[in-house]
Amino acid sequence: MAVEGSLQCCPLAARAMLHVAAAVASNAAAGKAQARGLVVVAFDRSPEVYLDIMLRHGLDSNALSRCVRILDCYSDPLGWKQNIRSEQHQEDSGTPCSTNKDTITIFRSVKDVDKLSCSIIDLGRGFEGEGKTYFSVAVDSISSMLRHASVQSISGLLSNLRSHDQISSIFWLMHSDLHETKFSRAFECLSTMVACVEPEVVDSVYGEERRGDMSFLEHNYSKAKFHVRLKRRNGRVKHLYEELCVEGYDVKFISATSVSIEVNQSLLPKVQFNLELSEKERSDRANVVLPFEHQGKGEPIRIYDGRRSLPEAHQDPNLTTAALLDETEALKSANPKGEIHYLRDSDDERPDSDEDPDDDLDI
Amino acid sequence: MEEYGAGDLLSEAMCAGARVVVVEDCVEAPAAFVLHLLLKRALAAGGGGGGGAALLALAQPFSHYDRVLRKMGCNLSMHRKSERLHFFDLQGFPGGTQGGAIADSLAQLYSAVQRVVETCRAGENAGRFTVMIDDVSLLEVAANGSADDVLDFLHYCVTLTSEMNCSLVVLIHEDIYSSEDGVGLLAHLRYIADLVIKAAPLSTGLATDVHGQLSVVNKGMLIEQRPAKGQKVWSFHFKVKENGADFFYPGSRH
Repeated sequence: MAVEGSLQCCPLAARAMLHVAAAVASNAAAGKAQARGLVVVAFDRSPEVYLDIMLRHGLDSNALSRCVRILDCYSDPLGWKQNIRSEQHQEDSGTPCSTNKDTITIFRSVKDVDKLSCSIIDLGRGFEGEGKTYFSVAVDSISSMLRHASVQSISGLLSNLRSHDQISSIFWLMHSDLHETKFSRAFECLSTMVACVEPEVVDSVYGEERRGDMSFLEHNYSKAKFHVRLKRRNGRVKHLYEELCVEGYDVKFISATSVSIEVNQSLLPKVQFNLELSEKERSDRANVVLPFEHQGKGEPIRIYDGRRSLPEAHQDPNLTTAALLDETEALKSANPKGEIHYLRDSDDERPDSDEDPDDDLDI
Repeated sequence: MEEYGAGDLLSEAMCAGARVVVVEDCVEAPAAFVLHLLLKRALAAGGGGGGGAALLALAQPFSHYDRVLRKMGCNLSMHRKSERLHFFDLQGFPGGTQGGAIADSLAQLYSAVQRVVETCRAGENAGRFTVMIDDVSLLEVAANGSADDVLDFLHYCVTLTSEMNCSLVVLIHEDIYSSEDGVGLLAHLRYIADLVIKAAPLSTGLATDVHGQLSVVNKGMLIEQRPAKGQKVWSFHFKVKENGADFFYPGSRH
């Protein structure tokens, strides 16, 4: 799943990502999910932030140590701090990754995508469980990864993780305005679900047209639209709309059922008079007999005009109107039970008469 | 403990928990005065027992800051001597190095900054240390336009804020990036920031009593990063004076 956000509501996209990560970890800890654990690849935030959010989400420290592993690409992504330490203390810290605690593993070579992939899988394999253990992967964020490696290599990493038999799900955060649209789309294509965090109040140009007027941000930093596009296996795309509210540490998702109602109502033009029909009006309209239907002979009117079903037309083969013969003949000939009765007004009448045949019509 | 500007609109708008502060300005409304104010506050914080600052100066020499802050009632030379202030003169940065060595120069610069922060923490100072960069646009020029190297350096400075009770304040010129086709340093900084202070000219043009408008946006996610009044976005006018700056709501100036 890809979680996308933009500058106009960026803290909320990050909060949504953290909320999803905490929820996945909770489900893994409670045994409600296929995954036994969650590996968080942390680029943007200190590992303590994730642990803190998960503790507030209800996981205890025991569940955290059992079900969460954090690959810390935030603290020392390029190994600068390790170099400083080795210069100052002359210590040989040759291993690229060192484990400070069981939960957090520092990673110092973010430009090496293959090594990153191996580290993620190694962490995931470390979850305890009987038989084959599945795990989920959260990447926060792809935008930071793209500063250190190419789009192709990161797409390759995500594809490899996706096809790994022990990884049950992967989700990542991406800041859409930090990349060209085609790169965002490329990562969306890789995902089966895209969750877009969109601002409630849209400012056409961020801060440039109305310099100093940022009042809309006050609203956009506490509420946003959460639009989820889910791609099913059969190819059908399902859309879900919710509203995202952030209050302190709580993130709430409110289903926006009113959205679908508004879409339906917009099909009717908005005018000042009523265009809809009441039930009585509908039934009256159904009972109206059209002018060319009645012949005024007192007989029941049975004309196959294409609007009624064929069995009804079968019951009355007596079509007596000459003007309608050509229309009904083709239909009737398809029906072996039908009959054709043709009555000419006059046998003496020549076909090419000057008389207007329409003069016989009795409307 | 006396803190300059305590009670003014800017201090009210800035929540105490903000770790990464990005100050944006443009040619029509320079915001160097914000840096001067924040530097004075950083050095004055905690009275005799806390605080400290490191100023990475690419824009001006030490004498400039010393003169400006002296008029505001802050003696930078004294703070420098007592090692409360660590001044990095980067006008000649990175020196003779070019090409791939830019990353090494920035790594060395970071190493120096980390050493300073650690030394300060190891001492009696328990207050918040402030790392200030004036300014990031010039740092990008010094890095031969390599925004990635500058962002790597800034990322490491941001890690100091979470590991060592430190704040980072950077100044960036927004109008340099407004015509860029690609995504520049500015967009990345806006994502990294907990607090964005943006100086802009008045839409009505120049005025003698009002020099521009300041927008303060609190983006921080954590509870301690929320401002006291709960309001995330502030917008008010400012006037720069010799000994500081005045902040006031539009129309309340008399």
